[in-house]
Amino acid sequence: MDNNSITTQTITFKVFRFNSETDYLPYYNTIEMEVTSEEVVLDILNRIKWEHDGSFSYRRSCRHGICGACAIKVNGKGVLACKERMNDMIALFGTQLTLEPLSTKRAIKDMIIDKEDFWDKHEEVEPYLVSHIDEHPEMECAVSPAEADALLDSDLCIQCGLCHYSCPVVEVNDAFIGPAAFAKAFRFNADVRDDGVDERIGIINEPGAGVWDCVKCFECAEVCPKEVNPIEKITKLHNQIFERGDALNNVATRHAVGFAHSIKKHGLLDEGELVRYSEGNIGVLKHIPVALKMFKKGKIVLPWDMPKSDNLDEIQKLVKSSSTVKF
Amino acid sequence: MGKLQYALFTGCTAKESTPEQLMSTYAVAKKLDIEIVELTEASCCGASHLQDYDDFLSLVLNARNIAYAEKQGMTMITICNTCQLNTAMTKHRLDNDAKLKARVNEKLKEVNLEYKGTSQIKHFLYAIIDDFGLEKLKAMVTTPLSQFNIAPFYGCHNLRPSELQAGDNPYVPTSLDDLIIACGGANVDYEEKNKCCGFHVELQAPHTAAVLTGNALMGAIDQNADWMVTPCPLCHLKLDTQADHAGKAVGRELEIPVLHMQQMVGLALGCSNEELGLKHHVTDVNFI
Repeated sequence: MDNNSITTQTITFKVFRFNSETDYLPYYNTIEMEVTSEEVVLDILNRIKWEHDGSFSYRRSCRHGICGACAIKVNGKGVLACKERMNDMIALFGTQLTLEPLSTKRAIKDMIIDKEDFWDKHEEVEPYLVSHIDEHPEMECAVSPAEADALLDSDLCIQCGLCHYSCPVVEVNDAFIGPAAFAKAFRFNADVRDDGVDERIGIINEPGAGVWDCVKCFECAEVCPKEVNPIEKITKLHNQIFERGDALNNVATRHAVGFAHSIKKHGLLDEGELVRYSEGNIGVLKHIPVALKMFKKGKIVLPWDMPKSDNLDEIQKLVKSSSTVKF
Repeated sequence: MGKLQYALFTGCTAKESTPEQLMSTYAVAKKLDIEIVELTEASCCGASHLQDYDDFLSLVLNARNIAYAEKQGMTMITICNTCQLNTAMTKHRLDNDAKLKARVNEKLKEVNLEYKGTSQIKHFLYAIIDDFGLEKLKAMVTTPLSQFNIAPFYGCHNLRPSELQAGDNPYVPTSLDDLIIACGGANVDYEEKNKCCGFHVELQAPHTAAVLTGNALMGAIDQNADWMVTPCPLCHLKLDTQADHAGKAVGRELEIPVLHMQQMVGLALGCSNEELGLKHHVTDVNFI
């Protein structure tokens, strides 16, 4: 096929419809449309409104991938409608496409959702520069290119909400701050002009709400249209917590540290000991019923049978020489 | 094509809580005439947690593991999604950052090792599909799994981030589905097949972990799956040993056998139940 020619395909769209003021339940409209290879998802949203139903509602503004308003889901994949080419959607999912808001349970009208939780979480992390500014400075407060690079592109976030509403933990745990706000916390923590790190670390270090509840599924990294890579920032926040000596002594922190202990001792991870070390001698008791079932099936290695890596002395030497933090 | 040879990084789970996974890996390799050299020197990859505590130490240890595969002059295969991602991520970072590579090699020099970047890192699933070939596998099937609806559970770390992966699109992965079909089974499509099982927060956020596991089990059961199959022993541990907790979290009894990818291939190739370690499951494999 000539790459320059415009081609047309017939696509069947299933479009999520819901008006929270009048509808008890959402429903789907099925619309068949001729889609050209030139179009992006936002063109389709416009055409549904202009050609099929003027009441169809969605957010859009800049049309240039910078305002973050038009994020929706196509066949479950979060997309920025103005950036996502229909050709790519068709190549990925075929000719039956379902258009839904980022979070169906938060729908207000059609593609429009109530993003209040997103903004509340965002606000929680103090997403601004906290700086004690000298009102009469003698020179400008310059940020060097290397210092700007240390933000690792976290400043590219457009707050579209794609990562937040693709995060499985946000879906399950209302307290969880979520990947977008974590990336924002990192963005200001990494800013050399900022004095708000103590405060922010306190917030993102909180069990239940903070970074420790991240399941490491990488949905946020995959979906981000600006390549902010939120999970990379979440890892960096974990590192900041340990490096600054702010790690609380709890299940989550001991779980991370337990790996280092076990590797030093066996090379491999001692699974049973990791659970005991993380949970403590009392907390570990709640795992006994499952442990018994596993034991019966030959899934538990007893401490004296714990396998060790060959050349363990090398591993121990490296753990000693390469460790960069203490707990 | 010469005989396929790989350096096997077993990871920790296959040596401890999922012995059936290691057994079935060897059983399948034998059937497919794949030569495996086990990297007995390898340490734990840190399982995505060590790097939260000490990122540099995690890099050094993973680079050491890769260095042993390089010494063999072989592609490293992994049998755990998390080992795969941690190792592939280490390789990616070292191959793209000469300074970091030099810092890591400075440490490895203390134990007379060097990370060069010469070995590829590949999950066994993709070694079977890409290197061995599904057509060839299909031709070797002696016991087609044709009476079964099998639900694939991919596991996050074989899918995302896609730039570090073997080629499955994380939104529409096909590799495990293709493998099920090659083994003669019917692949079950369900929403959670490429979602998270919650394993990594099992201890610190048990409710979150249980709900995610519950969603996955429900998704498969509601689409009439007879059993599930996964390439990841960590997903396997969640789905197989935590079904009770998961059921309580989502308010429903959830019981469905979950097989390792190797066990499924082994069944199709006529391996015995003993070779595949099918008695090591908490949720009984009740269909054979």
